[in-house]
Amino acid sequence: MPTSPPTTSARPEPGTGAGPVPAAARVGDGPRRGGTSASAASAPAAARASAFVYAPAPEATDHLRLRDRYPLFIGGRFQPPAAGVHRPTINPATEEMLAEVAEADAEDVDRAVSAARRAFPGWSRLPGARRARHLFRLARLVQERSRELAVVETLDGGKPIRESRDVDIPLVAQHLFYHAGWADKLPLAFPGARPQPLGVCGQVIPWNFPLLMLAWKIAPALATGNTVVLKPAETTPLTAMLFAEICQQAELPDGVVNLVTGGPDTGRALVAHPGVAKVAFTGSTAVGKQIQRSLAGSGTALTLELGGKAAHVVFDDAPLDQAVEGVVNGIYFNQGHVCCAGSRLLVQESIAEPFLRRLTERVGRLRVGNPLDKNTDVGAINSREQLERITELVASGVAQGARLFQPACELPGRGFWFRPSLFTEVSPSHRIAREEIFGPVLAVMTFRTPEEAVERANNTRYGLSAGVWTTKGSRILWMAQRMRAGVVWANTFNRFDPAAPFGGFRESGFGREGGPQGLRGYVELR
Amino acid sequence: MTTPTVAKTAKLYIDGVFARSESGRVYPVGAVNVPRASRKDVRDAVRAARAALPGWSQRTPYNRGQILYRVGEMLEARRSEFVAVLGGGRPAGREVDATLDALVYYAGCADKLAQLGGSVNQVAGPYFTFTIPEPVGVVGVVAPERPSLRPLLEHVAAALCGGNTVVALVSEGAPLPGLLAAELLATGDVPTGAAALLSGLRAELLPHLGSHRDVDAVDAVGCSDEQRRDLERRAADHVGRVLSGGATGAAPSHRLALASLELKTVWHPIGV
Repeated sequence: MPTSPPTTSARPEPGTGAGPVPAAARVGDGPRRGGTSASAASAPAAARASAFVYAPAPEATDHLRLRDRYPLFIGGRFQPPAAGVHRPTINPATEEMLAEVAEADAEDVDRAVSAARRAFPGWSRLPGARRARHLFRLARLVQERSRELAVVETLDGGKPIRESRDVDIPLVAQHLFYHAGWADKLPLAFPGARPQPLGVCGQVIPWNFPLLMLAWKIAPALATGNTVVLKPAETTPLTAMLFAEICQQAELPDGVVNLVTGGPDTGRALVAHPGVAKVAFTGSTAVGKQIQRSLAGSGTALTLELGGKAAHVVFDDAPLDQAVEGVVNGIYFNQGHVCCAGSRLLVQESIAEPFLRRLTERVGRLRVGNPLDKNTDVGAINSREQLERITELVASGVAQGARLFQPACELPGRGFWFRPSLFTEVSPSHRIAREEIFGPVLAVMTFRTPEEAVERANNTRYGLSAGVWTTKGSRILWMAQRMRAGVVWANTFNRFDPAAPFGGFRESGFGREGGPQGLRGYVELR
Repeated sequence: MTTPTVAKTAKLYIDGVFARSESGRVYPVGAVNVPRASRKDVRDAVRAARAALPGWSQRTPYNRGQILYRVGEMLEARRSEFVAVLGGGRPAGREVDATLDALVYYAGCADKLAQLGGSVNQVAGPYFTFTIPEPVGVVGVVAPERPSLRPLLEHVAAALCGGNTVVALVSEGAPLPGLLAAELLATGDVPTGAAALLSGLRAELLPHLGSHRDVDAVDAVGCSDEQRRDLERRAADHVGRVLSGGATGAAPSHRLALASLELKTVWHPIGV
């Protein structure tokens, strides 16, 4: 297995080698908790040395049996790509190759769509209760192989094992289980109508939650009687390939799920294929607009889950420690590679100073490094390309006059890393306040009145999520009513559940995933 | 010598005002000079609809329902006038009846939408989570050429009942019933700016409606396939919604009202 980078807490540590951190020497080095101030943001990082030092606790990888090369999964069988092209997928934490993965071209996509079309009549006519059995079985197999899936997710994508183990993979299983239960109850979800499946669904998913996004796409499509051709993201195909094995293990009928790996060309071929009755895309707003444009007039059903620039509003009566944790979770969860990340913090002016003091102190304690380490808070950036995008946007923030705070943690020598970052003195016109960064970068602004908070929160073309922290119940509902976002988290953030519809307003896309409402995108009502 | 009748000048309905096109242009429909709305008329109507949105969407659904019912009352009171403008006879009478049915349906729909489209979500954790429909914002309605009254008012009412504001294009070839319907909206207490009715040339107006970034959704019920393709292409520039719910001859349905609504999911922890 590839070697792992060390985990460094967000403070200077000697070296990044594999040697043990001289933990004892570091304990108690710094001031006590709460002893730093926001004005110390640029002070030597040693001043924020954590009272907590952890020995490395890497998750074992010796139980994995990854293949050297993954073909395509078409018609229930692994098949080599027509052109024979494969590309490496790497571990972003080490830049080492994990496996080679097939690059599907238009011919492969056509083969996959044909397989899905052949499977459609049988699958759609199967009694709902039988389709449910298949989905339940998939859910159980995901649970059985959850450790393996979590480790591969972390290796391939760079997210902390704590998140893939405790968030991603459990939600994958739950999503399949939840939708299994709908398969034989579809008329109940659409009173007064007869829901009919659409046909072959072409689905394109991003790299930030690879297997979870696969489950979000496949589960409702299959439950409603559709068949699927799904393209995993270019940088994170491996758990999808393991899922292909699971489909075989579950004896899912051939062709019901087909997986075509590849890059943008593969995605374009899939979206444009005339045999596809419905396209579901999760990814950037720019690509979403291209897809929407390309499908204009085609009659192909479309749902889009696109970018975001969520406002996270903290009022002066909020429970500050909880709000700090919520804000940290909101933006640094999964390295900020989250479409609904709370990337704009709006804090009430009267508490801005103490809140930012606590926040910067907390950010200074985040442990950045080896994603496989169970104590890691912030893992590797998913790709070099994404790292460059984040770096460029952060540089623009500095150039436009915002004030950057980054804990002075040492980063591993190899791999793609970015320090948890926080900008103050941000103006709403700054690029970092307007554009989706998709990285661990928070833009902090202030407000005085609830009306101003709403106005600033809604000052964006996006509308995926929003957060509010206050102890006043009526204000929570007042804010939730006015913030233009598909998901509003009050006194919490980044919560997901298959029973809770998720999706965006405005340029964050349309359609919902989850709940009975999420089934709507996969049926025609007669 | 006969005394001239006091004939009504056909007017657009923008921001609560009966107005000629700012362009001063008209096009003939029979003996009537019908206003030929311009890009600026569309813009003014969208601006007024945007301004009216907070007020209308925050009315209680009960209040919105009563106002739509009041629009129906106005139609009933002026039945003979509408029958005449629709060409008279039994078909025109049936058209008015069907329009009344639609208005009454959506009047009664306004305060059911949260329960028909929303949910309390049983999540796997200590959270209270619910999903409610909310207006998408400003909705453009492209009415079919014919029938010229019922589909227009049905789709306008469906969008209004969920709290949206509306900019509607009436039938190009038979605009008079649609323009006359503005008087129902005005006297039915639909707030100023919340619904605009424009006559003019489809080919000229549709691109402006489709490309306007402040039009959140377009109900393309009256569009040809070609027009719909153009609207969808334009909407992609701002991820606008092009609605496909409801057909010209369909019975009123809560699904048509839900089609112009967004869903918002709200989470809150449960704890002491």
